[in-house]
Amino acid sequence: MALLDIDDLSVTFYTDDGPVHAVSDLDLSIDKGETLGIVGESGSGKSQTAFAIMGLLAGNGRTRGAVRFDGQDILGAAPKVINRLRARRIAMIFQDPMTSLNPYMRISDQMAEVLTLHEGLSKRDAVARSVEMLDAVRIPSARERISLYPHEFSGGMRQRVMIAMALLCKPDLLIADEPTTALDVTVQAQIMDLLGDLQRDLGMATILITHDLGVVAGFCDRVVVMYGGRVMEQGPVDPLFARPAHPYTRGLLGAVPRVDDADARMVAIPGNPPDMAAPPEGCPFRPRCGFAGDDCRTMPPLVAFGENRARACQRAVERVTA
Amino acid sequence: MVATAEQTAEQAAPAAGRSLWADARRRFFRNRAALLGFVILVFVTAFALFGGALAQWSGEELDYAVMGQVAELGGPSLATGHYFGTDDLGRDLYARTVQGTQISLAVGVIGALIACVVGTLYGATAGYFGGRTDSVMMRLVDIFMAVPYMFILILLLVMYGRSITILFIGVGLISWMEMARIVRGQTLSLKGREFVEAARATGVSAPVIIARHIVPNLLGVIAVYATLLVPLMILTESFISFLGLGVQEPMTSLGALISEGAGTIAYGTTWQLGFPLLFFCLTLFGFFFVGDGLRDALDPKDR
Amino acid sequence: MTAPLLSVRDLRVTFPISRAGDMPWTPPRLLHAVNGVSFDLPHGETLGIVGESGCGKSSLARGLIRMVPSSGKVLWNGDTDLLGLSPRAMLKVRAQIQMVFQDPLASLNPRMTLGQIIGEPLRTHRPDFSAKNRRQAVAAMMERVGLLPQMINRYPHEFSGGQCQRIGIARALVIKPRLLICDEPVSALDVSIQAQVIDLLKDLQREMGLTMIFIAHDLSVVKTISDRVMVLYLGRMMEMAPKHALYADPQHPYTQALLSAVPIPDPVAERAKRVIPVEGDLPSPLAPPSGCVFRTRCPRAAPACAKEIPQAGDEAHRVACLFPGPVRAAERA
Repeated sequence: MALLDIDDLSVTFYTDDGPVHAVSDLDLSIDKGETLGIVGESGSGKSQTAFAIMGLLAGNGRTRGAVRFDGQDILGAAPKVINRLRARRIAMIFQDPMTSLNPYMRISDQMAEVLTLHEGLSKRDAVARSVEMLDAVRIPSARERISLYPHEFSGGMRQRVMIAMALLCKPDLLIADEPTTALDVTVQAQIMDLLGDLQRDLGMATILITHDLGVVAGFCDRVVVMYGGRVMEQGPVDPLFARPAHPYTRGLLGAVPRVDDADARMVAIPGNPPDMAAPPEGCPFRPRCGFAGDDCRTMPPLVAFGENRARACQRAVERVTA
Repeated sequence: MVATAEQTAEQAAPAAGRSLWADARRRFFRNRAALLGFVILVFVTAFALFGGALAQWSGEELDYAVMGQVAELGGPSLATGHYFGTDDLGRDLYARTVQGTQISLAVGVIGALIACVVGTLYGATAGYFGGRTDSVMMRLVDIFMAVPYMFILILLLVMYGRSITILFIGVGLISWMEMARIVRGQTLSLKGREFVEAARATGVSAPVIIARHIVPNLLGVIAVYATLLVPLMILTESFISFLGLGVQEPMTSLGALISEGAGTIAYGTTWQLGFPLLFFCLTLFGFFFVGDGLRDALDPKDR
Repeated sequence: MTAPLLSVRDLRVTFPISRAGDMPWTPPRLLHAVNGVSFDLPHGETLGIVGESGCGKSSLARGLIRMVPSSGKVLWNGDTDLLGLSPRAMLKVRAQIQMVFQDPLASLNPRMTLGQIIGEPLRTHRPDFSAKNRRQAVAAMMERVGLLPQMINRYPHEFSGGQCQRIGIARALVIKPRLLICDEPVSALDVSIQAQVIDLLKDLQREMGLTMIFIAHDLSVVKTISDRVMVLYLGRMMEMAPKHALYADPQHPYTQALLSAVPIPDPVAERAKRVIPVEGDLPSPLAPPSGCVFRTRCPRAAPACAKEIPQAGDEAHRVACLFPGPVRAAERA
């Protein structure tokens, strides 16, 4: 059984300008210990998917469908149940660590609070465990620095503190929402390296949400490509990057310059991302797609093909990969 | 070059854009409380401007029929033509309330206008130039603010006599300082925005940047603050009038009428307090609701 | 040989930092955002400037055009020192140097229409233009950057990020400048839009004979558009070389670490890649290390690095390092 099973999830925000369908009919599952990448541009619905799983949607957001964690439905669960899950089994780290750290509390108090609250440890044991965790995320001289305040850490160190806090209760699932977007490239390399090691050591499943295809390529087993609130393509990283079978995936890979390419060529995808308040009819990528035809005015279902791969496109695989 | 589907759908004639103001107006009129406030204000303003036409008495004539028996005969009545009754001297309270509303609104609006013009220019200049200029200008405001202005205003009124001009000037001069502080803070944050930097990089001169880039972006804040300032001005005037230092007889203001009404309440002439107080409260509520509505409509974070 | 369009010698940008609670007479501490950078920029070339946050790349660009106080020499066309010009003379030069900013929406005044925004440089520098001329020039420029001219009365918030950046580019190019400074022009844009904007910039550069300075933190993006690339760290130039030389054969340990950290969107190549770690945190720019500023995090640091500030030479491939050379086997993690 999958650890997390998302079935036909839709997320809609009711705004003054009418409903905005951020996520539509999403099916997704992740196994124990697996690393899954969710790739997409702004407005693709990748972050809202994570927020829906965590029950952290903004007040005007409504969900439909089912999200099951370890067999238990969590969309309709009581707040108490979700809180317990959030505290002990599902953890999340965000793009900006400062938003989730209290600037007026010492790191030691913030970390120890988690453990005394959820694991019933004494303050002394909790601090000791926290120091161990900070060591594990390779913060030098953790014993001294645990009594500092969040602003006394650099951006990279703060993200390490966040990771340490997220992992304190040894969660089964870690959701990382653009964890390195705000960081410099050398720091990003360190953090991704660290996350990879921790993931292997603790054996937790990880969902990495990012717009950076390079980060996904290095970190994930499997990747889901989202656009306009829908899954365009999903599958194991190697074949997906080598032979993208959806026009959007193909376009996206072509639009990213590669630093190891002699001229770092990039081919633009024409047009603009969809306005989610007035999305195009049918396939959201249709207005920008070179393969589009009239049949794309109905959204094609996600169809499995090849080895564990699936895609939502009317065109034959051979035509798109050619 | 690639045009999107949405672009190609445009017709060839230049399309009018939807400005931020138009957006704000739409949001404002969708807000029930704000709309209610707006309707109240329209009503109060219409009352002040055109209410006099309905009056059967002028505010200065004495109705000898009720004089001396105001408590018994001076009550509100359509038959006598005193819709709101008469005051203690037998003058028509309806006409006096119309006049009082006029004066109170004028004091509020003119006071707020002075505050806006002086405060915006002062604050925007201090904020845009920053550094030493800013320090000196804002310390000056600090010093002015430390002056007990109510005391000074009362002193002025006592020294130069109770004139409405002094009242206008006094109230306006007090109110600009808070405005200057708010505008300066906003200017400081606007100054760091990239579009101001872009204008500077192009070589646009400082006065033009203030006029073209800073002030238009401040107008939202100014509008909100000004709407909330009007009732404060009205309150200040009422307070001074209540002390007996406001506008001079035979002119009157809502504050003065309330003061009179409160003085005679012991004789059972409740209408003398009730009607001025009703208009006073309506005006204040109207402005506060509209101010709140404006703040919600103009604040982009609300979306 | 013609003089380079821009010849920069020992450019310094220094900000006084006064702490809260300081008395007015306390001397402020000095933050050297750019600390003695020199380079030449020939006509028609694109110079890429890369570095991580806090390296001074934005201050460098702003220092060149006196948006922030700077010292040194910035020779324009070989004869005019921009840093010594009177404000009036500088205004004339500003018409020839324009800038494109990072945040597409924030760099456009929300209360102005497209016509007013793009027309502003013309209003400032071409008082001889009538309103009609200006409108025509704006419409022509809009068409050139891929915006429909009938959108001239629209407001910026009605456009997507990519379109806003086109507006920013139109504003910069409407007075036909000679030098275009792009400060992270695509880093706020979605991946699929970045390539559009880069293509547009390349096309316009060819057509208008522009010289460009392209600032970015993304080394792959810089590679697509630059002829030469400069690597900055803590206000100092580490390495500067023609694009192919710098990416294929970096000589400075910092450049090597930086390049190795860039993720590659190819699982096979990404797994095979070895990252050269940069240990520790960026030192405070208020108290940079003595000698070479990178030495505190450098795998090759030796005692000599603390004493001497390494200088880059005049050759095509300039390296500011006492021990330059290709990556050593021991440096790979």
